[in-house]
Amino acid sequence: MTRLLDKYQTIIERRARMLAAGSDAVGLVNQQVLSPTRAIINGRETILAGTNNYMGITFEPDCIAAGQAALADFGTGTTGSRIANGTYSIHTELEAALAQFLGRRHCIVFTTGYQANLAMISGLAGPRDTIFLDADSHSSIYDGCTLSGAKLVRFRHNDAPDLGKRLARMDADDGGKLVVLEGIYSMLGDRPPLADFVELKRQYGFELLVDEAHSFGVLGPNGRGLADEAGLEEECDYVVGTFSKSIGSIGGFGAGNDEMFDVLRYAARPYMFTASPSPATIATARAVLARLAAEPERRTRLWENSKRLHEGFRDLGLDLGCDVVSPIVAVKCPDEPSTVAMWNALLDAGVYVNIAVPPGTPNRLCLLRCSVSAAHTTDEIDLILELFGKVVAAAHHTRASA
Amino acid sequence: MTTRDEIYATLCRLLQPFNSNGVELSPDTEISADLSIDSVSVMDFVMEVEDNYEIDIPLNVLSETRTMNDLVTVVEGRLKQKAPS
Repeated sequence: MTRLLDKYQTIIERRARMLAAGSDAVGLVNQQVLSPTRAIINGRETILAGTNNYMGITFEPDCIAAGQAALADFGTGTTGSRIANGTYSIHTELEAALAQFLGRRHCIVFTTGYQANLAMISGLAGPRDTIFLDADSHSSIYDGCTLSGAKLVRFRHNDAPDLGKRLARMDADDGGKLVVLEGIYSMLGDRPPLADFVELKRQYGFELLVDEAHSFGVLGPNGRGLADEAGLEEECDYVVGTFSKSIGSIGGFGAGNDEMFDVLRYAARPYMFTASPSPATIATARAVLARLAAEPERRTRLWENSKRLHEGFRDLGLDLGCDVVSPIVAVKCPDEPSTVAMWNALLDAGVYVNIAVPPGTPNRLCLLRCSVSAAHTTDEIDLILELFGKVVAAAHHTRASA
Repeated sequence: MTTRDEIYATLCRLLQPFNSNGVELSPDTEISADLSIDSVSVMDFVMEVEDNYEIDIPLNVLSETRTMNDLVTVVEGRLKQKAPS
């Protein structure tokens, strides 16, 4: 008899190899969280450089107070879905506040960022439609595509001509067309040439969804993401985002201007068949959103820190994930064992970064991935640089001279 | 008309860069399981096939495409669709 879990033998072996090399890179425990950039890990204070906490906004006293008040006023959980008993006044108020922040007519809030992509993509596209997705898309986009039942065509990463070629091959009567892009790609930190994709939209008449998970709060004069930065929000029919990065809570949203938009509440299964976000998460998201709108200096600080880290790594001679400054700074490593070893050495020296290995990365890359926060001090950025110099650049130079 | 043998030979050539363990290929080789390559690599390989023949192989088709022979059948079908005789 085949046991169901037998198929994961290679995963079990891979994880055992990782554990034999040191700490648990894919299950590390934060014993205490001291601030947006500090935690106790393995019993010692560690600098956090892989949290996606771009705005460094998880410990603002007024946001915490807003969450505590909502807990007291609305309880610990909603015990129901939005289409049953789970819609509270705070949910609809957050949706209105987000719609205003985004300059969109309609907005729906989801329980997680993952579900936001699942719901929006599977709600918009159905079995008669075609979705064109970037090869480097996040798993939530792939899973949303699968859930939709639509025909799925994958195009080369950030390559508008390649998408154009695939659009040209489509039959005329093949149903609706949805193109999905991300504002900033989560592994390498690069972003798409949005104007080139919008040009294709004029030519082929598809609908465009941009997932601003890593770019919301980060890009654009209003912090609304890549489309805001490019001045192309009108061309982006749908925007998706998350509360678990710049917003420092958990949840997600989808927004658009179509007058029929709200029908997704009765069509998107990941919205209909899950409990609504808890009162505390909704209230903190609302409080943080107000702070982001009022404090654009957080974005300025984030970019100063990102530039310092990017340029510092470049000066160390490290091979980076992308050549433009980005709050995601990924260092390419030769192979999985060396990446695991360097990750452990960095952790032992007092800095946590993300480890990213195939198939979670494009082009089978092994990465030490940093994400920068507005809350990092210059001293913290410099310490990260110093430790990467000792651990990663030193290993690099040893290999080069070997 | 491209024959199945020709398609198979082309697929073998395109698969080589992904076959890092140097597994010997046959029409019955299961692309993912036998070559121990992950889902993203399979999609990347299929993208090379798409570009080589200027066809689209939607990802949905891949869930039912396990062996090299299965993929030959998919490519053959797409080429027929592209140029109806």
